[in-house]
Amino acid sequence: MNSIRRALVAAFVLTLVRPLAALAAWNKEAFSAKTAGDALKNLGIANATPTKDISVEVPQIAENGAVVPVEISSAIPGTTALIVVIDKNPFPLISRFDFKEGALPFVKVNVKMGETSDIRVLAEAAGKYYVTTREVKVTIGGCGG
Amino acid sequence: MPGPMKMRATLGQGVTEIRVLMTHPMETGQRKDAEGKIVPMHFIQNLTVKLNGKPVIEAQTSQAVSRNPVFSFRLKGGAKGDKIDVSWLDNHGESNSTETAVA
Repeated sequence: MNSIRRALVAAFVLTLVRPLAALAAWNKEAFSAKTAGDALKNLGIANATPTKDISVEVPQIAENGAVVPVEISSAIPGTTALIVVIDKNPFPLISRFDFKEGALPFVKVNVKMGETSDIRVLAEAAGKYYVTTREVKVTIGGCGG
Repeated sequence: MPGPMKMRATLGQGVTEIRVLMTHPMETGQRKDAEGKIVPMHFIQNLTVKLNGKPVIEAQTSQAVSRNPVFSFRLKGGAKGDKIDVSWLDNHGESNSTETAVA
């Protein structure tokens, strides 16, 4: 009797814990931060060295802020993560991509921009952070709509 | 509502290029509906790319990724027939995944 109960409790706890574990993989503090500085602090990034080795392809002028194409890649050896931050968005942290053995540090995706802003792309390599910044001018914002 | 996914993975010059489309509203929580009520946030938070069952890219995303997002990723090398699996999980706990073989 007891062992059945224990098994049931264990199964119940497991079903509860699994979604929680999945959620823990999303850095709520960093994504809820309202300034780029706070977002980076919550990611544990104190300072990043400016570099030319991160390629950031974005339009100079984006007519529609709801769809701004961003293509990023890093030529820094041993890059394990790329982080995208849009300073003037209501929640500046856009994405963090972690690359493991077999993946190239490259991503292309469309993002939303509320207004004209700097886009910062950070790369992590051997525990150090590097950054490249580009400005995108937005004609029509894409957060409300 | 979140819907189907589409994916293509092609091998060329030692690099496997993955293009994956997710059908998802990616609501920011800033938009108002026709009645002026705020549409609650609903967006993909986690994304995992697996190569032959092994995670190679793990991403965390915010609501600022565009609606029905299309992501492109690149893998070093790869061979025809390798299995690519992409899955996502959103802030409502909904998820979806798709699988394809490298062509």
